[in-house]
Amino acid sequence: MLSYLARRIALMVPTLLGVALITFFMLRVVPGDIVEMKLRSDGGYVTQELIATERARLGLDRPLVTQFAEWMQGLVTLDLGTSMWTGRPVAEEIGTRFGLTLQVSVMAAIISVLIAIPLGTLSAIFRDTWVDYLVRVFTIAGLAVPAFWLGMLIILGLLALFHWSPPVTYTPFWQSPLENLSQLIWPALAVGYRYAAVVARMVRSSIIEVMKEDYIRTARAKGVFERLVVMRHAMRNALLPAITVAGLEFAFLIGGLVVTEQVFNLNGIGRLFVEAVSRSDFILIQALVMLLALVFVTMNLVIDMLYGVLDPRVRHG
Amino acid sequence: MTNAFDGPRISRRAALALPALALACPGLARAQDGEPRRGGILTYAVAAEPPTYDLHATSTFAVMHRLAPHYSTLLRYAPGNYPKIVGDVAESWTAADDKLTFTFKLHPEIRFHDGTPLTSEDVKATYDRLRAPPEGVVSNRLPSFQQIAAVEAPDPRTVVIRMKAVDASIMDTFASPWNAIYSAARLAKDPNFPARNVMGSGPFKFVEHVAGSHWVGERFDGYFREGKPYLDGFRAITMSPAAMVNALSGRQILAEFRGFTPNERDRIVRALGEDARVQESSWMLHMILTFNCQKKPFDDPRVRRALSLALDRWGGSQSLSRISQLGQVGGLVRPGSDWSATPAEMEKWPGYGRDMEANRTEAKRLLKEAGAENLTFTLLDRNIQPYVTAGIFLIDQWRQIGVRAEHQQAELSSWYAAQGSGNFDALVDSFTQFSDDPTNVLIKYVSYDKAEVAVARATDRELDRLFDEQAKTVDEGARKKLVRQFEARLFEQSYAVPILWWQRIVVMNRRVNGWSMSPTHMIYQDLGDIWLSA
Repeated sequence: MLSYLARRIALMVPTLLGVALITFFMLRVVPGDIVEMKLRSDGGYVTQELIATERARLGLDRPLVTQFAEWMQGLVTLDLGTSMWTGRPVAEEIGTRFGLTLQVSVMAAIISVLIAIPLGTLSAIFRDTWVDYLVRVFTIAGLAVPAFWLGMLIILGLLALFHWSPPVTYTPFWQSPLENLSQLIWPALAVGYRYAAVVARMVRSSIIEVMKEDYIRTARAKGVFERLVVMRHAMRNALLPAITVAGLEFAFLIGGLVVTEQVFNLNGIGRLFVEAVSRSDFILIQALVMLLALVFVTMNLVIDMLYGVLDPRVRHG
Repeated sequence: MTNAFDGPRISRRAALALPALALACPGLARAQDGEPRRGGILTYAVAAEPPTYDLHATSTFAVMHRLAPHYSTLLRYAPGNYPKIVGDVAESWTAADDKLTFTFKLHPEIRFHDGTPLTSEDVKATYDRLRAPPEGVVSNRLPSFQQIAAVEAPDPRTVVIRMKAVDASIMDTFASPWNAIYSAARLAKDPNFPARNVMGSGPFKFVEHVAGSHWVGERFDGYFREGKPYLDGFRAITMSPAAMVNALSGRQILAEFRGFTPNERDRIVRALGEDARVQESSWMLHMILTFNCQKKPFDDPRVRRALSLALDRWGGSQSLSRISQLGQVGGLVRPGSDWSATPAEMEKWPGYGRDMEANRTEAKRLLKEAGAENLTFTLLDRNIQPYVTAGIFLIDQWRQIGVRAEHQQAELSSWYAAQGSGNFDALVDSFTQFSDDPTNVLIKYVSYDKAEVAVARATDRELDRLFDEQAKTVDEGARKKLVRQFEARLFEQSYAVPILWWQRIVVMNRRVNGWSMSPTHMIYQDLGDIWLSA
């Protein structure tokens, strides 16, 4: 098991290196100049000399290979560099926002699992009955409705019904749980609904598949109660693909809440990503891409480890 | 007038116009219900993050709307009475008859937030940094300081500024909200101190900035204006325009000072009802159609003039003002300002005549003469409103004379890159300033080698001459004539032409009192006069 884990971690290195290479060089060919934006915004009067000086200060005039080597050196020493827009350390920029995004993602995941597993299971057990149809309508609607649009509906609904909108600045949970939840529960619900729809459909189809297996027939033939057949025999195997989907969805949420964060004014990673891209803040974009790549490969690893725990057949030697 | 060299005064024309403006734009005066009361925290929204804390190094409102409450300037625009100029740290001032020497007397009791006194040495250090920045320091204000020869501090309360030549816009420079006074002692230790630190003498002390989230200031008890500020503090929250509308409607914030669209205004007013306070004004911000004069066929004045002639500005103003912030028809100076042309004068310019059939016929003739019939090109635009609306308007207008333009909507960084490199045919541009003074505004239209902000990349020595001439002309009447000549020449050549001017619509909660509406979102942001009603 440990050697398998070590092998998988070692394999993450070339994956991340590939991501770093592609990101770094693609960003350099995309049009956009942070210095022009920074100095010329809102009618700023600047000369080409001033722009050249600022570019030199930011190191943008150095050969690309040198810039890449310096960035790699920084990554190895966990120095992510300095944002070219704000001048603050990138680690600080990300750190400020990561907690909020992580909390929304975890809350959305919890909401999703709490909704998806019972609904998916019920839908599979009562296949082609009104229960199944109801769940399918609910899940298809979840897939069809974008999370940000649902978010807008939630806000407009709160405004119309209660003349109230969620708080606009983040309060950490440990400082004020009520304030924290009154801000974050709404985006978590908006995102969690779509997340739940994806997972519920996967749970449903997996259970339907598993219920056709021989060992289920055997269990029933032995006179095991139907509830036990489903809970003990079917669910454990049916959850494997659902875990894969849920894990990848979770990884997606870390950087994918872009519009939802805008709608709820959340100071999260998605919004930071959009701002960094719109300003061509290369150093920050690179760090964010690497963070998301790391989250994805780590989630994949965690999913594979969970497979081993849940299914003895795929336990790693 | 804004160039009141010898202390505050106001032009006859402006004085006559003010009551009318107050009726048309009630916000131009200070809006308040009852008597000021102390206390409370003002929460307001700002739509972008500040790239720096240094007011000298930038021109974005994202910096101004957070930093202005922390700083003082030498002079300032009188609250509720734009464009009248009054003292800020300067108690009084005099100008020599030749307008080449200015002597300022500072208030005696001004202190920085660290408790040290603000003296003439601080003004000198600040102005020297602005006009001749040390290595590694960015000064975005070099053009407005180029006529200053020396800044002297003969005693702690006296500042003497000597000019190389007369500069008709110099009083606006002294009152500019961008020219915040920094501590000489801090600058001596680190010339770039203000880029990452906040330490001024304004009504509020800096508390914290949480990147991407909020900026907090608290009352500075040592502020030199008696009884000010009224607020205990302020909290500026970073948010997108869409989130602002909801937050203001849901009373999570009390104000936003840049401006909303008509649609957003209506939504907030519906939600807040009588608790909404709406203030509207013309805006020192205009949309510009800029041609790349170094590229064919835009190097031909007939083509440029034809494309400007094809625009129904008067009709566009009526329809676009209902759906966007685009509003008034105007020349190079804000319509309604002391320096602007009258509608009758405007109608003589190509593209401003009201007979659109005649304009379009003439436009077609010019294109034919230039061999540019069936012209097709790319219009580079930004991918945000109201730029997109302006772009659609242009394309529709050109379609009516047989010209086809592809609407390329770019992210801001790509748009700036294309603008800076000259990689465009025509672009939808905009320009804003903190004052109506012609020197501040006309610079956008001079030759490219004179000012790189003139992105049409044209060379026109006649425009440069007129610009320089008006810049040193103190006589108001003579200067206006030069501005009119500049406009006539510009529209004849049409290197870059205004499309429409923006309309500023500020909506806030009625609890916010004492804030001054003005035609620019860059002034009156020190929050020193604002108070909250119950």
